[in-house]
Amino acid sequence: MTDPRLEIIGRRLEKVGNIIAVSSGKGGVGKSMVASALALSLKEKGHSVGLLDLDFTSPSTHVILGVEGLLPEEEYGIIPPLVHGLRYMSITFYSLDKPAPLRGADVSDAIIELLAITRWEELDYLIIDMPPGLGDATLDMIRLIDGIRFLVVTTPSRVAYETVRKLLTLLRRLNVPVVGVVENMVMKPSGYIKKQANEDDTAYLGAVDFDTELEETLGDVDRLSATMFYRSIQRLLPDIKGS
Amino acid sequence: MHEWALAEGVVQTADRIAGEQGLDEIVEVTVKIGELQQIEHEILEFALEQLRTPTMKNAKFTLESVPGKLKCRVCDEEWRFSPKDMDEDASEAIHFVPEVAHVYVRCPKCGSPDFQVLEGRGVILTSIRGVKKDD
Repeated sequence: MTDPRLEIIGRRLEKVGNIIAVSSGKGGVGKSMVASALALSLKEKGHSVGLLDLDFTSPSTHVILGVEGLLPEEEYGIIPPLVHGLRYMSITFYSLDKPAPLRGADVSDAIIELLAITRWEELDYLIIDMPPGLGDATLDMIRLIDGIRFLVVTTPSRVAYETVRKLLTLLRRLNVPVVGVVENMVMKPSGYIKKQANEDDTAYLGAVDFDTELEETLGDVDRLSATMFYRSIQRLLPDIKGS
Repeated sequence: MHEWALAEGVVQTADRIAGEQGLDEIVEVTVKIGELQQIEHEILEFALEQLRTPTMKNAKFTLESVPGKLKCRVCDEEWRFSPKDMDEDASEAIHFVPEVAHVYVRCPKCGSPDFQVLEGRGVILTSIRGVKKDD
């Protein structure tokens, strides 16, 4: 008994230059916002970019990008539709934004299915919005995608960073490259996260201040791209490209 | 026609296994197809015919249907399931990603969406038969 889907995942991604998983140790640190803004920023710089929402039980990039009424085209697989210039794929196309109560093995199976049938074609970057933690999605990405790199998001809280440290330790043990740590939602600069990242031999990419305007931009990428948050994410681009 | 994408996986996997086993020619490829995914057998068969590699140029592709069998994790109810009778959107969604069945299907006894797909999920390569030239 062999799963034929595993054989073609590499081929589906062979024309993608860079694959970056935007990850975190725990939820609520702004991963989806960072992933969406990062994808849009890269596209704005002239790159071809895909965005894959892999947080199957709690997808949210469709809310940030205002995706409604779209469906992938079916042609020798499925072709992700263009959303604000990004090739975009999310389970919400199939769950119709209803609750998807999936256990680990189901999450894994759904990930394999989507990776096997989605035709990303040529992309400079594929940004993946990951579910938090060290669960199935993280382990599957490490297992299935050669050359994947992780961008790790944290808040200034020790609670968030303690979970990040575990993620970084796992990635280091498995020799998975880490682009660096982004400190998100900063309200009072402290230097704590930078110090911790240095101790963990991980690049500290910078602080992104808490942006009170951000909530108002949901579903409107023009407004999103005018925020202080978005400009902070744009400043990360040299690190993303250069690493 | 995402059957083509799955056919590509079957052909490549069969080729790899033949290489690993030192087979010079593949005679038969057997694929089990779970009803949950509602794969069009004719399209899959056509795709396999089109994608066949030199190693399997005379191979017979045998496709076997496996009925969907689900088991509730809450009350242990087991039931046969086919998405054929569901509304079109739900049925098509399950066709692409069978796991979204958890969005649309409930245990007929207790109503829970927490069930296990025991049999009949998707496409599985069950066996290949081939020959070595020095056999």
